[in-house]
Amino acid sequence: MAGYTEEELAEDLKNQEYKFGFTTEIESDKIPVGLNEDVIRLISAKKNEPEWLLEYRLNAFKIWQDMIEPDWAHVKYEKPNFQEISYFAAPKKQYESWDDVDPEMKATMDKLGISLDEQKKLTGVAVDFVMDSVSVATSFKEKLGELGIIFSSFSEAVQNHPDLVRKHLGTVVPTKDNFYAALNSAVFSDGSFCYIPKGVRCPMELSTYFRINESGTGQFERTLVVADEGSYVSYLEGCTAPQRDENQLHAAVVELIALDDAEIKYSTVQNWFPGDKNGVGGIFNFVTKRGMCHTNSKISWTQVETGSAVTWKYPSCILKGDNSIGEFYSVAVTNNYQQADTGTKMIHLGKNTKSTVISKGISAGQSQNSYRGLIQINKNAHNARNFTQCDSLLMSDRCGAHTFPYIECSNNSAKLEHEATTSKIGEDQIFYCQQRGLSEESAIGLIVNGYVKEVLNKLPMEFAVEAQKLLAISLENSVG
Amino acid sequence: MSKALLDIKNLHAEIEDEGKAILKGLNLTVNAGEIHAIMGPNGAGKSTLASVVSGKDGYEVTQGTVEMDGQDLLDLDPDERAKEGLFLAFQYPVEIPGVSNINFLRTALNEIKEYRKEDPISAKDFMALVREKSKLVELDSKLASRSVNEGFSGGEKKRNEIFQMAMLDPKVAILDETDSGLDIDALRIVAAGVNKLKNENNAVILITHYQRLLDYIVPDYVHVLADGKIVKTGDKTLALELEEKGYDWLTEEKTV
Repeated sequence: MAGYTEEELAEDLKNQEYKFGFTTEIESDKIPVGLNEDVIRLISAKKNEPEWLLEYRLNAFKIWQDMIEPDWAHVKYEKPNFQEISYFAAPKKQYESWDDVDPEMKATMDKLGISLDEQKKLTGVAVDFVMDSVSVATSFKEKLGELGIIFSSFSEAVQNHPDLVRKHLGTVVPTKDNFYAALNSAVFSDGSFCYIPKGVRCPMELSTYFRINESGTGQFERTLVVADEGSYVSYLEGCTAPQRDENQLHAAVVELIALDDAEIKYSTVQNWFPGDKNGVGGIFNFVTKRGMCHTNSKISWTQVETGSAVTWKYPSCILKGDNSIGEFYSVAVTNNYQQADTGTKMIHLGKNTKSTVISKGISAGQSQNSYRGLIQINKNAHNARNFTQCDSLLMSDRCGAHTFPYIECSNNSAKLEHEATTSKIGEDQIFYCQQRGLSEESAIGLIVNGYVKEVLNKLPMEFAVEAQKLLAISLENSVG
Repeated sequence: MSKALLDIKNLHAEIEDEGKAILKGLNLTVNAGEIHAIMGPNGAGKSTLASVVSGKDGYEVTQGTVEMDGQDLLDLDPDERAKEGLFLAFQYPVEIPGVSNINFLRTALNEIKEYRKEDPISAKDFMALVREKSKLVELDSKLASRSVNEGFSGGEKKRNEIFQMAMLDPKVAILDETDSGLDIDALRIVAAGVNKLKNENNAVILITHYQRLLDYIVPDYVHVLADGKIVKTGDKTLALELEEKGYDWLTEEKTV
């Protein structure tokens, strides 16, 4: 972690409240609350979508209406009233180019620490910024275009590359997959689309920043990443929302497709507003993320989850092709009254498929933190390998850590390992650090960062620093 | 007259919540340049003394004062006491997985320097210091970059404590049974390290059960701690006497 010292971290931590809790005063085009076929037609019309996509949405809506909201997760919350949500909110002005972007909007991005001006100078990260329902600006488009890489908002991709979108949309997460995926398929507003052509190694990190700004809205973004044969891409996703005393719904779908010999690395730092100290407000984060691995390909999910009131999220891999590899590295932090039920599914279908799962849960306050994972070895998956390590760290005596590991193995040649530990942050460890001159806060920061190091090491550098800060902010004054 | 670095007066302390008194009017003055050994039977309060002086949670001081170099320690947090120059070598050093020894010590050293309004140490100077001080206790430089105490042998952990002491250069170091669990070679190395660190301006307090350590680190004073008080003070020959006679004669003498 060169270039970023513990002192700088401590300095940053002085601002310890949820610092992304601001709203941006931008005129917004928000449709009335409620959900019915007309609303879906309206969304589709606003986005000038082709007929097939409208059909896709309407079909999903039909399926969704017959589905029941799942309640198997280890979380308790008041179910959202889907008729009280506005399904589309967009900043009113649409921008032709980055230079036209509203200064107010630019200021928002500055506050989020993703000033595109700076991004333009600091090569390496191309950013797509999604505020509420609409993608606002995508930097580096031309530069990527030279390599044949498509990185744009989902809506633009629908207009400019309809065949690619149509070919892959819903192939990894089918509409009827689950309640929230069906809802998303009906009402998704925007998101990111990324296509890396054959044999191309994307030279920079592609990044999307999601932000819910309007009150009373939901965010239903759709992300589709296709890595064609032999290509490589590293994709980053960050999320924040203003502080509000209502619960807002975020139900995204992310589909990754790694064709033969391709590799996708997908990293998320999720910091949706977690609700206040008494558990009021916060985002309901009900997300379906899944990747399809073809022959010799690899998909790696890394997530640092510190936000949201309720999280329900299982980034998964379908290891369809022989020799394909799936990885899941996760840090999930819950504090106060947050609840998280997160983990992964590794579905081994091909021969010699390999998966690694490293999950680190940290629970503080009165929060509940669950790991839920499925390792499924199907009958043709000869010589499949899985290693799962699942650790829980408890910071208080009123929080909970739970693990729900499922293993379904139908092939005797498989090798599966599962390791799990639960520990309470040691007062002895803290005292030891203090005796060497570290303040209690930096002692906790150091111990926690040591605990999650294996996962943070998987993040690209700039994200790792941000994640480290987030962890420390989330856990301030949480030992008890 | 030499300067009192640690001055403990009439110290009474009990275990919090239980109200069980452990220290019952302990007096101890340690001057700069001195080595003191504290011996005594199990349960006499030796480790409690180390814990109370360093500010560990779970004890309540009901009476008395502890001053280090004229500064009242009892009102300070444990880390502030460390920053004032107090060091405790733990009987059971704690493991901190994922945190390298180096990162740990550099963070500690810089927090101490900040407290003392000094400039932070540069990476280059820090590494030079690590190389110099790790030699002192013959600590493999690989151990310096491993996670704090994780997977260290008993002897390595104790050597690491003395290495940390060397890095932080305290005014007063309390070594809590640093000799326990050490073989004779490791004991020699640890003792040699302590002897090299000892100078006119600092002081060392050795808490030990065995006279053996005192063959290597020769104390100026030997105290016997029994039932929460210092019951006898002598020179290094007292340790030999204790080795021969045990503690009973002292505690009996007291009850007469």
